[in-house]
Amino acid sequence: MERAWRNWYLIPYAAWLVLFVIAPLVFLVYESFLDIDGQWTLANYEKVLTPIYLKMMAYSFWYALLITLASLLIGYPTAYWLTKTRHKQLWLLLLILPMWVNLLLKVYAFLGLFGTYGLANAFLQAIGVGARQLLFTDFSFVFVSVYIFIPFMVLPIFNALEELPPSLIDAARDLGASGWTTFRRVVFPLTLSGVKAGCQAVFIPALSLFMITRLIAGNRVITLGTAIEQHFLVTQDWGMGATIAVVLMIAMAVIVFLTGSGRKEGSR
Amino acid sequence: MKRLVQGFAAIFIAAFALMFMTHRLNEAEGYGGDKTVSVYNWGDYIDPALIRKFEKETGWKVVYQTFDSNEAMMAKIAQGGATFDVAVPSDYAISKMIEENLLLPLDHSKLPNLKYIEPRFLDLSFDPHNRYSVPYFWGTVGIVYNRGMLGGKTITSWNDLWDPDLRNQILLVDGAREVMGMALNSLGYSLNDTNKQHLQEAKRKLDRLMPNVKAIVGDEIKLLLANEEAAVGVVWSGDAAEIISENEALDYVVPKEGSNLWFDNMVIPKTAKNIEGAHAFINFMLDPKHAAQNAEYVGYSTPNRAALRYLPKDIANDRRFYPDLDAAGRLEVYENLGKRMLAYYNELFLQFKMQQK
Repeated sequence: MERAWRNWYLIPYAAWLVLFVIAPLVFLVYESFLDIDGQWTLANYEKVLTPIYLKMMAYSFWYALLITLASLLIGYPTAYWLTKTRHKQLWLLLLILPMWVNLLLKVYAFLGLFGTYGLANAFLQAIGVGARQLLFTDFSFVFVSVYIFIPFMVLPIFNALEELPPSLIDAARDLGASGWTTFRRVVFPLTLSGVKAGCQAVFIPALSLFMITRLIAGNRVITLGTAIEQHFLVTQDWGMGATIAVVLMIAMAVIVFLTGSGRKEGSR
Repeated sequence: MKRLVQGFAAIFIAAFALMFMTHRLNEAEGYGGDKTVSVYNWGDYIDPALIRKFEKETGWKVVYQTFDSNEAMMAKIAQGGATFDVAVPSDYAISKMIEENLLLPLDHSKLPNLKYIEPRFLDLSFDPHNRYSVPYFWGTVGIVYNRGMLGGKTITSWNDLWDPDLRNQILLVDGAREVMGMALNSLGYSLNDTNKQHLQEAKRKLDRLMPNVKAIVGDEIKLLLANEEAAVGVVWSGDAAEIISENEALDYVVPKEGSNLWFDNMVIPKTAKNIEGAHAFINFMLDPKHAAQNAEYVGYSTPNRAALRYLPKDIANDRRFYPDLDAAGRLEVYENLGKRMLAYYNELFLQFKMQQK
């Protein structure tokens, strides 16, 4: 009796899983084997392996890597500093606050800021560097992406640092380790789970960015996300769009597998 | 746990109360039920005063919704989730929707004002005999340029864009048909060309344009050009009119090699419920006075010949936006090239975009 009841609880979750996870995946894979006229074909996968899509894939990975590294370099010290401040919750809230603003609005704001006559260039001129083109460059693309993704990097690292017992650091210091050694040998290894989770949370969505590539990079950066959007909305070649999506998902799965699931070793 | 349950209960109650209130409000204002005409149009593409006037004159209530691309609009109508009584797709989208059986034929006896439309804008290739659609606005694709930033230089042709002096000064719209069409026209080919050799040639020509291209953008091109982010832009005439009204230093030209002539037409989608009201709305918009008022508000060119009389002289006589159509035999409407050809256009356009400087 008891057991029967327990299985009932599973129904909403199982239904959710089937309807919104498994079924769409099956459709996506199915669609990827159809050509533009709805005939069975492997041509989409052959096309993904042509230089143009391989190049696009390489760009996507390169920029996602840059965005993740920059987020980590800024995010880790930020998270570390956050754990040391007195009004943690307030600072954390300030970090999360921009996430409540619509993404499109934030990106549009950068159009104004980075424009030829925008604030950023006014500042560069004032400090004597001189105006330069910021919009539609690799730099601005990575900058804006990092700005968007940084909370996703900081939060898991912050949590990992919070869970770190302070006594471990005291012990390291008592045993004569310098500040840097303590960080390198104790703090960083123990927060690696947070770093992994943060990197995954940034790298994976960064792989398929599309709106920012048009608005901030003026289509000078073309990622797989742009291609998927094009194929679904403009070309109506759903098969090709689905194929790129499947390839991206496989790539993401490989990344998650290689970096290990973030939580395993660290927390307990 | 108890707090959580209480919280959820509060949210549920609030949501139901709000739903009930909107329902009551809609009823009180005459929405819901069959007293409405739902109109599906591009954003910022109608004078709201006309909607109020239509409601007052006919007693129908208008439910107005907007879309931002033909593809998004078609997807919504094809899926049939929502009913729209009137929609305003562009030329190539109309032929596609006819092909896919998404439109209802119009009853011309209920559209007496159709006689005011310029005959040249009727019976076009995308909808022979206007069985399914009547023109709402029309326009061209051309070049907006900033006289100040170009130091008095003028632009008259597509080929002027390849001028080395324009390095990093051009913004393009992110549309395969527009950009490929521009290259085809600059080579003297039709913008509906389906000869793959010609298309390859056009793509190679585009590659040589890349050093001059600053960015390939969407709707934000209006903002960027008005802010003088670049000196030259390839845009639709309606957008050009809007940008020029914001920045007087800008001018618009339809290049002499030829260009695209486009139409946005009113149609009745298959999902329509209020066919009577839809015809009434279309006929109302075809009235010359209403068409003129709408054209003045929106800034696009009206296909309504009788409406030109009601427009201010400086608008009706502006050759940039009302070009002499006899001299403009070189203007072509996009033909529906079929999915495969469109995919090929997009493939070449994508390859062009992938070029690094």
